[in-house]
Amino acid sequence: MSLMKHLAAATATLALTAGMAAADPALIFDLGGKFDKSFNEAAYEGAQRWAQETGGTYKELEMQSEAQREQALRRLAESGANPVVMTGFAFGDVLAQVAPDFPDTKFAIIDVNWLDLANVKQVAFTEHEGSYLVGMMAAMASKTGTVGFVGGMDIPLIRRFGCGYAQGVKAVNADATVIANMTGSTPAAWNDPVKGGELAKAQKSQGADVIFAAAGGTGIGVLQAAADEGILSIGVDSNQNHLHPGKVLTSMLKRVDNAVYEAFKAGVDLEPGVQVMDLKAGGVGYALDDNNAALVSEEMKAAVDAASAKIASGELVVHDYMSDETCPALTF
Amino acid sequence: MTAMPKWADAILVPLISLLIAFVISGLVILAIGEDPVAAMKLMITGALGSTYGWGYTLYYATNFIFTGLAVSVAFQAGLFNIGGEGQATLGGLGVALACLFVPWPHWSLALIGAAGMAALFGAAWAAIPAYLQAKRGSHVVITTIMFNYIAAALMIYVLVTVLRPAGAMDTASARFDPALKLPRLGDILGLVGIPFNNRNPANISLLIAFVACVGVWLLMWRTRLGYQLRAFGKSEKASVYAGINPVRITMYAMLISGGLSGMMAINTVMGEAQRLLLNSVEGAGFIGIAVALMGRSHPVGVLLAAILFGFLYQGGAELALWTTIPRELIIVIQALVILFTGAMDNMVRKPVESLFLLLRKGKA
Repeated sequence: MSLMKHLAAATATLALTAGMAAADPALIFDLGGKFDKSFNEAAYEGAQRWAQETGGTYKELEMQSEAQREQALRRLAESGANPVVMTGFAFGDVLAQVAPDFPDTKFAIIDVNWLDLANVKQVAFTEHEGSYLVGMMAAMASKTGTVGFVGGMDIPLIRRFGCGYAQGVKAVNADATVIANMTGSTPAAWNDPVKGGELAKAQKSQGADVIFAAAGGTGIGVLQAAADEGILSIGVDSNQNHLHPGKVLTSMLKRVDNAVYEAFKAGVDLEPGVQVMDLKAGGVGYALDDNNAALVSEEMKAAVDAASAKIASGELVVHDYMSDETCPALTF
Repeated sequence: MTAMPKWADAILVPLISLLIAFVISGLVILAIGEDPVAAMKLMITGALGSTYGWGYTLYYATNFIFTGLAVSVAFQAGLFNIGGEGQATLGGLGVALACLFVPWPHWSLALIGAAGMAALFGAAWAAIPAYLQAKRGSHVVITTIMFNYIAAALMIYVLVTVLRPAGAMDTASARFDPALKLPRLGDILGLVGIPFNNRNPANISLLIAFVACVGVWLLMWRTRLGYQLRAFGKSEKASVYAGINPVRITMYAMLISGGLSGMMAINTVMGEAQRLLLNSVEGAGFIGIAVALMGRSHPVGVLLAAILFGFLYQGGAELALWTTIPRELIIVIQALVILFTGAMDNMVRKPVESLFLLLRKGKA
């Protein structure tokens, strides 16, 4: 009996290792799902770019529930995947438990910068800077002087988006009103397009004519509702301008794709430590393409590019909500 | 005089149901262009092919033993408790409060304390529907399922506003003291010289689940209360005539049921996560219904059915990891097994019964 079991175990391990190249990288998507057209999809695109360029293969996994994070992480590490890249702060605590058990495996985590682990690369973005830029554009495009913000889950990270956005709005029009709503207080808020749409409609009825959605999959509903109601919206993370051409003012880009691409490219030689992808490093920005060219005036582009240069040079500092949990431009 | 011998009732019928479920699952996998034989092989090696896989299978099985026993105790008393999900959620809260706010000197004491709190919280959550059923006649099926939603909402409130550490973004409580970590199954088996993978969450709660199985058996078939519960379940009117108090029995049945559901949390919250997560029950409360139905409400049957569902859970996780079979389809496979073994039990039972009757006639 026990001999049989050992044999079975041995063949199973063989089968698994035979199926995998020496050290394929792996990517774990968070609860929003791979094709959320936003945060997770940006990560997917980065991995795809790497696969196309190098011809390599990678493992990917979509989370089904909060409680499976540790199992997924352990299983991938155990299978020899290296590096293991994961999207989202929610993996932070679990990774702190798992990473020390696999000292030879490299991990990369996005949106986390507070871990102290020897084999983990942490990539954080300065979302407040990118949000500031799209906030300026929102204020310039708004005719009513009222703009909206729809956040996903109510956490400091999303408040950081909202705070940067409000500062950008106020920099252009100090009298402008910013209406901010959060979709919810649980991870389900990342994937609730129906509620996102309702919030967008409610904000429109309060006079908002440009709405920035920083809500993962929920943002799809915000963009849809804004397009239906004939007002402008701003996408997030990925370039979402193409979802409703001519109706999405711009998208706040967060280059999660680059972070994943670079981690995959570095492979087993991934440098541990904290990497901050700020505006200067091209980590955040705004999207301009054929779909929104008609919406972005020359004047708007000039103002935003000037602010962008000032932020990059350090002349203009956008307040970071996460530094002190307060926001000068917006009360949540 | 029953139509079938006991072994056919307990083993043959569930096995045939299972087989049908697997065949249909295979057809579904075939329909999306994947190889069903390879998928099945992967599930078996992933869940049972290594001590690592066994560890996960047993970890999930531990949950299902508790919730399966919970459903079967209530079921024996004629009550359909489908609130295992909510009761286990509250049990998790009890475990978390015990582990976070009491300075336990040793994990073993903490385990006893946490198990007590889990059972207490779970039982308390079942007590309200039980009281409403006993005194007011509000149907326990309706009220317990409503209480699942209330429990989920309560958990969101507690985690977001009360237990979440300041500045943290996760909807989770703080980590428990590492000294309260429960010994893993690998550690325990290692003591008696059996090599067992230690990187899986199977822990000492499994042994408590075994004890619970024995306890439920003793309670149901060796005590006066158990006799009263079963009599009440068979015929309420007859048992009342025999002097059994229906209010008391309803309360007892639901309290024991809720307590057992709640105790599931020592496995997930204290044994695995070491902190309270938003969705730590993960549907085990509902799986418990299927486990109890398949196990014919007997502790031995529940134990075996729980291991089967543990295998399905772990095998499903492996499928999601190593194939491109989408995660929704894995839920479909699990649902098919529940459908055939639980809900459509009679579809198999009747033909098998008539087959046995035919055989007997042939002999006579």
